[in-house]
Formats: sequence, structure tokens, C-alpha cells
Amino acid sequence: MPAPTVLLGAVAYDPKVVTIWEGFRTWLRGRGLDFDFVLYSHYERQVEDLLAGRIDAAWNSPLAWLRAERLASANGTAVRALTMRDTDQDLTSVVVVRADSPVRQLADLAGRVVAVGAIDNPQATLIPLGHLAAAGVTVDVRRFDVGVGLHGDHIGGERDAARALTAGEVDAACMIDANHLAFVQEGTLPPEGTRIVAQTARYDHCNMTVRAPESEGVRLFGTLLLGMSYADPQVRPLLDLEGLTAWREGRTTGYDALADAVDASGFYSPDGRVTATDYRP
Amino acid sequence: MSATPVAEVDLGELGFGRGAHLLVQRALAGLPPGGRLAVSGRDPALRVHLPAWCRGRGHRVEWPDRGEANDLVAVVVRGSADDDRWFGAERAGPALPSALSSRPPARWGLGARGALLEAGGPEARFDLDDRDLVWADIAPHLYAQAAARQWDPQTAVPWDDPFALPADVEAAVVQVMTYLVENEQAALVVPARFVGRIHPHFREVVQLLAVQMADEARHMEVFSRRALLRGADMGTSSAGGRQSLFTLVAESDFALASFLLSVLGEGSFVDLLSFLHENAPDPVTRRICWLAMQDERRHVVFGMAHLEHQARLDPLLRDRLRAAIHRRHDALVDTAGLNADVFDALVVLAAGGWHPDDVSAGFDRVQALQHAMDQGRQRRLVRLGFRADEAAALSALHTRNFM
Repeated sequence: MPAPTVLLGAVAYDPKVVTIWEGFRTWLRGRGLDFDFVLYSHYERQVEDLLAGRIDAAWNSPLAWLRAERLASANGTAVRALTMRDTDQDLTSVVVVRADSPVRQLADLAGRVVAVGAIDNPQATLIPLGHLAAAGVTVDVRRFDVGVGLHGDHIGGERDAARALTAGEVDAACMIDANHLAFVQEGTLPPEGTRIVAQTARYDHCNMTVRAPESEGVRLFGTLLLGMSYADPQVRPLLDLEGLTAWREGRTTGYDALADAVDASGFYSPDGRVTATDYRP
Repeated sequence: MSATPVAEVDLGELGFGRGAHLLVQRALAGLPPGGRLAVSGRDPALRVHLPAWCRGRGHRVEWPDRGEANDLVAVVVRGSADDDRWFGAERAGPALPSALSSRPPARWGLGARGALLEAGGPEARFDLDDRDLVWADIAPHLYAQAAARQWDPQTAVPWDDPFALPADVEAAVVQVMTYLVENEQAALVVPARFVGRIHPHFREVVQLLAVQMADEARHMEVFSRRALLRGADMGTSSAGGRQSLFTLVAESDFALASFLLSVLGEGSFVDLLSFLHENAPDPVTRRICWLAMQDERRHVVFGMAHLEHQARLDPLLRDRLRAAIHRRHDALVDTAGLNADVFDALVVLAAGGWHPDDVSAGFDRVQALQHAMDQGRQRRLVRLGFRADEAAALSALHTRNFM
């Protein structure tokens, strides 16, 4: 009997993606799954190919998950979050000002210039702008469109926003909590030179999106991912590169804030079409 | 839902931008996976940074009611990633060289000897990984001695001492120095070819060879500097001399290369440097030959030590050594051997004058040097287990180029 198969799609936001999935491929093939992967230059085509059945699983950004869910719903099918990284759960974003800023709370940002990441960045653009909008605060958005189509996987836009804050070009900058810590530690932001004026509610990030019902190969894929151990020296370097210590069962309860932001900004239509006017992945 | 934390850490004003993770990490280290740590602190970014830091390290965060504890930020539940990382870790042998592994595995690679090695990582190919082949118990001692006796070419040599030599004597010095430089170059290249192949488990040997290379680098410098101290031209280099050195550099077997270079070549060189020290016509030449001789002696001691050790364990080693001498002899049989200009220059230096009696005496001294070199080679061959008559025959086959 031939081994069950899975063809995965992943977005090549960094050269390490090749190392990661080639390594995982070797590991998965050694455990009875005929696994291979294809790389995409942006998430939109990957999602379309998942829905069209050209790939069996899509390693999706949260935004790509939402679009997959909408497209599936529109054509009467369903997708599921098979797994996610432990580090994909319970993230927050923050709005940061310079330490000497007169801005003390979110409302003080009204009418001021706020730097965000790329147009399609969930954590540094869509979710924090949704947070501001929900609070009724209208700001002047300065966007840093680096790596458009990568849904914020490329850190460049977020870092440029942070630099603009330090340079005094903007009044505030938005970023994911871990990047605020990273920017402080690497010196992009001076230690104690910034102040956090707002933090979003917790949300979830990437997931392994698959079509429902799952094939035998996809089910085995999920089981094998969940069985990967950080104690295994063969996969540990790959887990380090991918930024997790364990795979978790997928959950879809952490995407409401992003869905609201997508609707409010008109990024995708309810049936999953790309409707953002100046989005060119 | 939450159990009571078993440990507490107060970060005070310290934030994660300035090293707060060290205190959290230290407190977590004392807990088992699942252990709970209450973290307090007053840095305003702590509520953002603590969970972000924990997330990346596989720790969970709980947000209990702060109650009376105003500075309580969160409770960290220790994950297992830190322990998992060290699952299957092993020590790269003993830290001290008293009980070395006879064949350290390739997976130890560049890990420090004795270090706790995380499993995984590259299998580094250090093909000289047989203790009996590369090790000698005297290596750590010789390294320490070598490191302590490094000298500064600028200050160890009386470069400015006044002296004036007749032109032909100066020319003889320049010729000998030219010859010494090319020999020292070969003596540097030979260990350089092996030092990257020796398993780092035998690090004292690597260190010793590295210092040996530094020795040769200094020798090249001081001999070149002496050659050009009074003029602008170097002496001659014969094709046969270079051919002889090339056979030395081309030897790819570590034991055979040490044998040809250190036991036979540098051993003979010690005699030559001693001769030059005695017959040097000026203080600079005398001093640099003495300094180089001290270093070369050490090189011979190590070469002898590890070959003696190996010869005791491997009775077939002598066959290979014998074959190496024959092979090199055959490769050089059609070459002139020692540069005639070098031989003549040695006679001039030993003669100390141009009267026929002086030249005759100089000639005798150079012959005595060659005899001493031969005797030394024979002694060392006997120490390696060759019979006296065979040692004499093998010594006679050694390159006429001395090195």
C-alpha cells in the first residue's frame, strides 16, 4: 500500500523556510508520510491553491487563515486549523510612544501620526489599528510597506515603524509584544526610551490550515507534528528556526480581533475576495 | 484553579530590556517542569515583556488576582523545553588530559573537551582521531614550556649592535640565512597541513603545533631580517633544495611527516643551528641561531615522544618509517641535495679567514657537523627501535639538504 501523502504550501518569507521544511520533510518521510512542500511568494496564491485542492495543507498566517475560512464558506466547504505552534497562542500587540511623549493614554493619540507595518501585517497594522478604531480614536496612519503579501512575516516594516518613532518622525508605533522586547534588546528602541500606551487583547497567530474532512495523509501529518519533541536533536534546530518548542492542536478562537479589523478595513470581503484597494502582493 | 506558587522572584525596577530574564531564568532553574514562580516587579513594560519572553521559551503564564501583592505581575509555570534541550546531552570526554578517549567521536567536533554537549550538531570530520597516532603525554608540558618561552624578535635580538664583516663573509651569512628561511617555511607548512585534521579532543597537541608554527614564523622573520641587515639581496635557492623540501611538504601521513620533519629534519637542524651559533661571525647571527635552536629542540622532543609511544604500540610502524625514508631518498636520488652555495658558505663561516689552513679547518668543521648530524639521526632511530646497523644505513639515506 502506498504511503499516505501530503503536499504542503509555505510562504518563502525568508531563506530559512527552505531549511525548515527540507528538514521536516526528511523527518516526516522517515515516519511513513510521503511529504513534500511547495513555496509561495505570498499568501494569497497559497490560500487559493489550498481551496482549489492543489495543496493539502497551508502553513498560514492568521490573515490567510481568515481568507481560507471565508473562501471555503463561500463555496460550501470547510477548512480546519490542524495544528499551531505553542508560540502562536495568546499574543498581544502594543502601541508605543517615546518616553517623553505627552501622550499618556490611547485617546491622546487622536489626530497624531501612528506608524504601522505593511498593509497586510496582522500584528503591527490590522489588529492595533482595529484596537484604536474600537476605542474611537482616529489617527493619521503612516504605513511601512515592507514585504507586502507576506502578511507581516517579514519584520522589516515593524522595525522601520519603530525606527521612525525613535527618529521623532511619528508620534507612536505599533508592534507585536515580542518585537517590542526584541527591539529594546537589540537597541532599535532605546531601553526606557519608550512607553507602552496600549496593549490589545490576546489573539492567535499562524495555523496549519487543511480542508475538511481531512485525508488520511493530513491526519497522519497532524499526529506526527504533535509528536515532534523538543528533546529530539534532529528536529530541535528546526523548531528553533521555526520559533516553537511544541506543536499544539489548532484552535480558531483567537482570530476575532483580526476578523473585525479585516471587516472594518475592508481588507477581504465576507466571501474571501481581496478587496483592499492598494494591496499588491 | 491555580495552585500556590512554590517560588517567588522580585525584579524590583529591572525590566527585560536590561536583563530581567536572568533573574527569572535563575528562579525557574530551581523548579521542576510545571513548577510555579510568582514574578513581581515595577518595570512598566513587565506585563508585556514577561509573557512574550515566556512564550518563546515554552513557559506558560497565569494571571492571578493581584490581591494585596501590588507588585505581583504574573505566575510563570515552568515548561520543559529547557530540560528537553539537554536530553541526550553528553560530556565530551574528561576535561583534563589524564584519561583521554582513544577515539573521540566525530560528533564531539569542536566542542570544548569536557563540555556538556547538546545532542545533534554537525559530525565534524577530524580524521586524525586516534590517540595513539597523535598524542604524547608530554604534549601539555611541552606546550606550557613553549608558550612560556616565546620571544619577541624585536627585543630578543641585538639588531643594533655594531659590527662590520668583510663582504665575502657577509655574503656567506646571507646565503646561509636564505637557506634557513626556505627550510623554516617548509617547517611551518608541514604542521599547518595537519593541525586542522587533528581531533580537538587532543587540544594540547593542536596548541603545541600552533606554537610550533608561531616559532617557525619568527624564525622566518629573524633569518630574513639578518639576511637583509646590511644589504638588499637574498642569496640563492637551488632546485634540488626546493625539491627536497617539497617531498617533506607532500607527505600526507601525520606519523611519517613528523618523522621526516621533526625526528630527522629538525633534529639535523638543531646540529646546524648549534654549529652556526658557534661559528657566527657577528652577534646578531649568533643570537638568532641560538634562539631558533631552543625552539627546534622542543619540536624534536615532541616528534620523538609521540613516535616512541606509537612505536611501542604498533610494531609495524617501523616498517612504514623505513619505507618513508626509502621513498624520499628515491624521489631525491637524481637531485643535487644541498645547495653547493650553502655548503661553501658554511665552510667560509667556519674558516673565519682565507688562509688555506683556515679553509682546511673550516672544511673539517663542516664535515664534523655532518658527522654529528648523522650520529644524532642514528641515535634517534635507535630510540625508535631500529637496530644500530639499520639506523646507520637509514641515516645515510637522509636528504643531503639536511632538513
